Amino acid sequence: MAGKTLFDKIWESHVVREEPDGTTLLYIDRQLVHEVTSPQAFEGLKLAGRRPRRPAATLAVPDHNVPTTDRTLPIADHISAKQIRTLEENCRDFGITFFGMDDIRQGVVHVIGPEQGFTLPGTTIVCGDSHTSTHGAFGALAFGIGTSEVEHVLATQCLVQKRPKTMEVRVEGTLSDRCSAKDIILAIIGKIGTAGGTGYVIEYTGSAVRALSMEGRMTLCNMSIEGGARAGLVAPDEKTIAYVKGRPLTPPEAMFERAVQAWRSLKTDQDATYDAVVTLRAEEIAPQVSWGTSPGMVLGVDQKIPDPRTIVDVKTKSATERALTYMGLSPNTPITEIKIDKVFIGSCTNSRIEDLRLAASLAKGRQVAASVHAMVVPGSGLVKQQAEAEGLDRVFRDAGFEWREAGCSMCLAMNADVLQPGERCASTSNRNFEGRQGAGGRTHLVSPAMAVAAAIEGHFVDIRHWS
Amino acid sequence: MEPFTTLTGLVAPLDQINVDTDQIIPKQFLKTIKRTGLREGLFFDWRKKQDGSPDPEFFLNQSRYQSASVLLTRDNFGCGSSREHAPWALLDQGFRCIIAPSFADIFYNNCFQNGILPVVLKADEVLALMKQALGTEGYRLTVDLANQTVTTPEHTVYRFEIDPFRKDCLYRGLDSIGLTLEHERVITAYEARRKREAPWLFSDIPS
Ligand code: SF4
Repeated sequence: MAGKTLFDKIWESHVVREEPDGTTLLYIDRQLVHEVTSPQAFEGLKLAGRRPRRPAATLAVPDHNVPTTDRTLPIADHISAKQIRTLEENCRDFGITFFGMDDIRQGVVHVIGPEQGFTLPGTTIVCGDSHTSTHGAFGALAFGIGTSEVEHVLATQCLVQKRPKTMEVRVEGTLSDRCSAKDIILAIIGKIGTAGGTGYVIEYTGSAVRALSMEGRMTLCNMSIEGGARAGLVAPDEKTIAYVKGRPLTPPEAMFERAVQAWRSLKTDQDATYDAVVTLRAEEIAPQVSWGTSPGMVLGVDQKIPDPRTIVDVKTKSATERALTYMGLSPNTPITEIKIDKVFIGSCTNSRIEDLRLAASLAKGRQVAASVHAMVVPGSGLVKQQAEAEGLDRVFRDAGFEWREAGCSMCLAMNADVLQPGERCASTSNRNFEGRQGAGGRTHLVSPAMAVAAAIEGHFVDIRHWS
Repeated sequence: MEPFTTLTGLVAPLDQINVDTDQIIPKQFLKTIKRTGLREGLFFDWRKKQDGSPDPEFFLNQSRYQSASVLLTRDNFGCGSSREHAPWALLDQGFRCIIAPSFADIFYNNCFQNGILPVVLKADEVLALMKQALGTEGYRLTVDLANQTVTTPEHTVYRFEIDPFRKDCLYRGLDSIGLTLEHERVITAYEARRKREAPWLFSDIPS
């Protein structure tokens, strides 16, 4: 019998029932809930007179709407405030654990899950949010769902699913100096395209992936969705176990060893095969910068903006033209000549302590360019606390960065942190769609190191050669 | 959920690839706690010109597409965020069927939860329909779920594939949670077994 992939093992241990046509009732171990995609799900439960099957398997937190300025003030936007209040009330009514805005544990949903030890290897995790793929870094099958499915999981602890295909993305070798997980994932998306992973679960393998910290693996898995895959996976190893150990919601002492034993078997068998395989060399990955309005429109910082006149495919040509118009860029401009107005360091892609440490180490003793407005938004209250204990906030402030409270902030600009029309932002977030960070705003996706360097120089620089 | 059987409807063509859910319904409309009333947010940023006035070029601003119920579009429609507000807004505008060469996964799922039929046709078939729809005022298509066909006014018939379980749920307008709850005993049995195998997954979250 052929071996099994990591995905096969997790999937098969969660099958509750399978129809002859392959339609599967899949058991869901954990659900994360935030304020934007849940009110209609709770309303649905109420209307149908249903109760959550396992309220203790769900954890809720407001993140998308929360202000990242002074938390002691009331939220200026009444509709945002109402949505957050609604979540709190629903959690109270249904007995779900809720981390409120005044709770130090509050933060971006995909940051707090791992931080609390809610995210565990071998589990199935869902959330009404496409970046749920982040949790795959622990060897969990984690994917985003819509609001009706949020309701479905609350009511039944199950989801109806078709088995996806598997894709191995193998990255071998050693990254260049100052390049990071963000550059790897952007390069992957540049290679496979934004629909390249559609219908697949990606498993990231290879020496460059193994070498990443848990934070780096989360960055990698986070953007699986930008490559079209609903989920990304990294097999758990000693780093995973060390990260999980001792967190508030990890298995109690008495069961921990048993859990670890089970986690050690979570890897793809030698003789297993994937439905598709993609390979990259880490040495060949330059610091990445997105130039367009789709995450697949990305290039190495040493490249030039594409010229639509040289593109043969009609669809790509017109999409490129449209993107360049929106982005206000001319063909053949070297990326290092693009000047920026704003810098955003944050989001579920890059707002963890390691990201902030790296960013601070580059910002130390330097000054943000006079023409640039830069801000740092930690991923959670605990990340913020840790950063402050290490003095990172001082480093950022001294360099001219704003230091904010935890939340999604300018990743999607649902709160007050918004780009003005035409403003150009170097952002460590994950989406560069038209208007994502504010109507008319122009987003360039980059790593934290690239964002800091851009803040200081006022334009993109190749950090490999930046002194 | 409203069942979907057959639909003969006016076609609105959106000739663009990679239309993401941030475009379908921008973030400022996600603050609602309701499923309805999202029509005003549909393609909000694309409906206006730079100066804020309505853009007459934008397809949904044109009177000829006002009563459209079939949206015809290009590859990777609905990519990006998982927001179900996207299908809610499309439904609120009157769309019951979306035809494209490919859809993003989560959006595709979300359609079925809301009585919208996403139809995948081949790229060249979509291209042919796009030409017709752009060039012919009042262009209508008939979509037949039972037979899995799309029929043009010229009687060209295109067949599409669809997962049988989803087809059945949509055709009969079934409550999918109710269906799952019929397997209550199987779920309970699974939980009991799993609790023995992996007891750490069943320890409660202390609040
Ligand atoms: S940080 Fe951005 S991508 Fe992540 S959950 Fe928040 S809004 Fe979504």
